Amino acid sequence: MSELVKITPPLSDEDVMKLKVGDRVLITGKILTGRDSAHKRLYDLIQKGKALPIDIKGQIIYYVGPAPAKPGSVIGSAGPTTSYRMDPYAPLLMEHGLKGMIGKGVRSQPVRDAMQKHKAIYFAATGGAGALIAKNIKAARIIAYEDLGPEAIRELEVVDFPVVVANDAFGGDLYEEGMKMFRR
Amino acid sequence: MREVPYQTIVDTVAKLCMDANYFIGDDIIQAFKQGIEKEESETGKDILRQLLENAEIAKTEKVPLCQDCGFAVVFLELGNDVRAEGGIIKAINDGVRKGYTDGYLRKSILSDPVKGKNTGDNTPAIIHTTLAPGDKIKITVAPKGGGSENMSEVKMMKPADGIEGVKNFVVDRVLRSSSNPCPPIVVGVGIGGTFEYVAFLAKKALLRNIGDRNRDPFYADVEKELLEKINNLGIGPQGLGGRITALDVFIETHPRHIASFPVAVNINCHVARHKTAII
Repeated sequence: MSELVKITPPLSDEDVMKLKVGDRVLITGKILTGRDSAHKRLYDLIQKGKALPIDIKGQIIYYVGPAPAKPGSVIGSAGPTTSYRMDPYAPLLMEHGLKGMIGKGVRSQPVRDAMQKHKAIYFAATGGAGALIAKNIKAARIIAYEDLGPEAIRELEVVDFPVVVANDAFGGDLYEEGMKMFRR
Repeated sequence: MREVPYQTIVDTVAKLCMDANYFIGDDIIQAFKQGIEKEESETGKDILRQLLENAEIAKTEKVPLCQDCGFAVVFLELGNDVRAEGGIIKAINDGVRKGYTDGYLRKSILSDPVKGKNTGDNTPAIIHTTLAPGDKIKITVAPKGGGSENMSEVKMMKPADGIEGVKNFVVDRVLRSSSNPCPPIVVGVGIGGTFEYVAFLAKKALLRNIGDRNRDPFYADVEKELLEKINNLGIGPQGLGGRITALDVFIETHPRHIASFPVAVNINCHVARHKTAII
């Protein structure tokens, strides 16, 4: 198994180029959240040439809609949602500076092409391990689209958030490679 | 006619919603442990260990196993000699509202599929009702997450396709689903009936516990064969490659029209939530 790599956003092109498919990565620092509805709103704003309510340059977006926080907790269970639903929006966000995405599941070819072109990275977190992942989230606050409830954009402060590089900026795809290795 | 107080139904359903989301089945825990032994991929083993740890945290802290606390799918078996005061459908929905609100479960239901806003309390539930002899009410709550539900499919096959056609369809459906439904998955298969009924059969199949084989030895063998074929795909835990793609495959069947051969595949993620109470 590969060595653990530690990263903190914002990410530069150089940071992204150091990461390869299969690398196990621990993320510490501030990351953004966003899923279906928030992506559509960001996409529509860019299309209309308007300013975004958040700065995405060099940032990582985590595809998550957390469960409500119990009293005394900063957040409820918060595992990744399936990423392909964000595929129609992701290339435009990368064009505008987004450097990382965290989710689960395979990405479309246009997304993978955009990752190579704009030097971005896609991390897989463990789907369905929402209670475990919430332990790595130390603070959460809504920074845009509060009306969307669980789909609102949040800023999360994470410590050693464990992910695996599923797609790198060189065209590598862990889903394809992993499956090939174990197929019979 | 036996009468059950309205509040009893509400409280029972609320508890089932919470328990199903906090407490993973013992059968699933065992399957994870066996999976760690059998899994050849180190990443796969690591993911299965994370899932065991996740289940422990959810149980101890009473927090949902997964942030997607699902559509509240309710299987209601209503005895002929029992009635719920004030209406059982309303009571079930009030129970879902209470369970998802008091239990800090995520609310994921939009009031209208195109124009809708979040209903804010995870209602309405999807309720499948059957009548049964006796004076008991059996309620099963099976919260269903979106990621795995989206990988499900109904196919109106030709009778000539036969059981081999069914096998190919099921394996292909899992292959095309790849990492999306959060493998290791549980696969529910419906064969027979009509277009709408076959989907219900596939959903109902997901209520079985890991290792529970179909009573008909023919279908029991097909279940075992499909499990092996699916685990040979190499998809593995979370789709990152490995041997443990599915924990089990369950088939439910029904008589069919001479012209039709409906088959449905309903995929469940590894939490495979379902909890039952008898009132």
